[in-house]
Amino acid sequence: MDEIFSGLAHAIQLLVSADPALMEIVILSLQVSGIALALSAIAGVPIGAALGLSRLRARGLITALLYTGMGLPPVVVGLFVYLMLSRSGPFGSLAWLFTPNAMIVAQTIIAFPLVAGLTMAAVQGVDPALRVQVRSLGATRAQEIWAVLREARVGVIAAIVAAFGGVISEVGAVMLVGGNIEGKTRVLTTAIVLNTRTGDFALALALGIILLTLAFIANVAMLQLQGKE
Amino acid sequence: MNRFILFGWIALILVACAPAPTNCVLRLATTTSTADSGLLNFILPDFETKFACKVDVVAVGTGQAIQIGTKGDADVLLVHDRAREDKFVADGFAKERFDVMSNDYILLGPKNDPAKISGAARVGDALKTIANLKSPFASRGDGSGTHAKETSLWASANISPTKQVEWYNSLGQGMGETLLTANEKGAYTIADRGTYLSMKAKVPNLVVVVGGERISENQDKNLLNPYGIMAINPEKFKGINAEKANQFVQWMIAAETQKIIGGYGADKFGQPLFYPNAKK
Repeated sequence: MDEIFSGLAHAIQLLVSADPALMEIVILSLQVSGIALALSAIAGVPIGAALGLSRLRARGLITALLYTGMGLPPVVVGLFVYLMLSRSGPFGSLAWLFTPNAMIVAQTIIAFPLVAGLTMAAVQGVDPALRVQVRSLGATRAQEIWAVLREARVGVIAAIVAAFGGVISEVGAVMLVGGNIEGKTRVLTTAIVLNTRTGDFALALALGIILLTLAFIANVAMLQLQGKE
Repeated sequence: MNRFILFGWIALILVACAPAPTNCVLRLATTTSTADSGLLNFILPDFETKFACKVDVVAVGTGQAIQIGTKGDADVLLVHDRAREDKFVADGFAKERFDVMSNDYILLGPKNDPAKISGAARVGDALKTIANLKSPFASRGDGSGTHAKETSLWASANISPTKQVEWYNSLGQGMGETLLTANEKGAYTIADRGTYLSMKAKVPNLVVVVGGERISENQDKNLLNPYGIMAINPEKFKGINAEKANQFVQWMIAAETQKIIGGYGADKFGQPLFYPNAKK
């Protein structure tokens, strides 16, 4: 029990003092997960929307693949990205392994099925009459998708929120492809693993509390978007 | 309006992540014991200042560190598994291996010592007793240097414990987690002395059963734990920072650095965590 209280106290103390090493870790966590989320949203929202609206015969299969992708263990994604980016791998010349870029690649792959799959589900839930209506008003295909996305925005933002929660809290992939290098690729989750490994439970818990606080703030901000328009 | 704020945020994050200018970086793949014990943080600033090169430390088990080296994803390795190190050199991934330092392994166990093996001179006898009495044992089980040593100790005691699952716990975890698990479960375990000393306060239920309180009291030569350093062969891979890797190796075995290594931990733990042993 002592650890829980001293963890809380430690978390507050670290936050109040704006500990520079902690700030570096927090900023890197937000950068990596933020960029991964932005990339997966840029690709995932339009693709999810297009799939939700299409009547392709293969849609059932694609849906099954996307939903399976939502359950991809981060460490498997990490291993795949590791092998791709290793100097002995096909993209070794990029020299991205053990850099934040590798972490962004891995988290983008983790976030994409979540964004695309949940966007697709949200779009499918929109009343089909809306499409008929906007088309009869002479809307182009892009305008039609935009109208449907606006209507489905609650679900689309929920998709992005879910993906953010997924990547900011995952540790398997970033540990493997980032290497937890101090000042370079150490993020909140890998720092938590390190401090647990060395028995510094209070500090590990403090970092966990900070991670939760960040996720909470990010979610409140996105729910603000959902509520207004 | 809100959407603009969102895009503003994304743009800000992207800008903030603009790549830093590429300075000299040396990537060191090493075992958790050298990093978690605090040794590397203690000695590396000297190298970084002298050679104007940042050292990126990837601290994993020795098995994974050697794997990283085999794929050309590090410039230099600091590990402790002599058999695999020699194979690494024989396979041409490094041109030469150098002695750097050593410490020793110890057998730890619960205070009440259910197998009554405390003070045994030879670890092999102690392990045989543990197996006979089926006392709980926690193994790293992660292919690390310590795990390799443990496996060879069991083998030389003519025991293959993986099949007797009820008392043998293969954790697949690092040294720290394994010590914490043994502490909670009241299990015996084999650890390197450096990691044990740096975590002693956090594992109050464990005591040294075989190996004594300091390296000079360890009577079993099989428990010696030598660390080796190897620069990755630049002819094998593109992009290896061979110049700095070789400078790093030379710096590690230089008399001055060796002295710093030998001094680390003496004030904090009452004894050094590592004993320098580079050949002159």
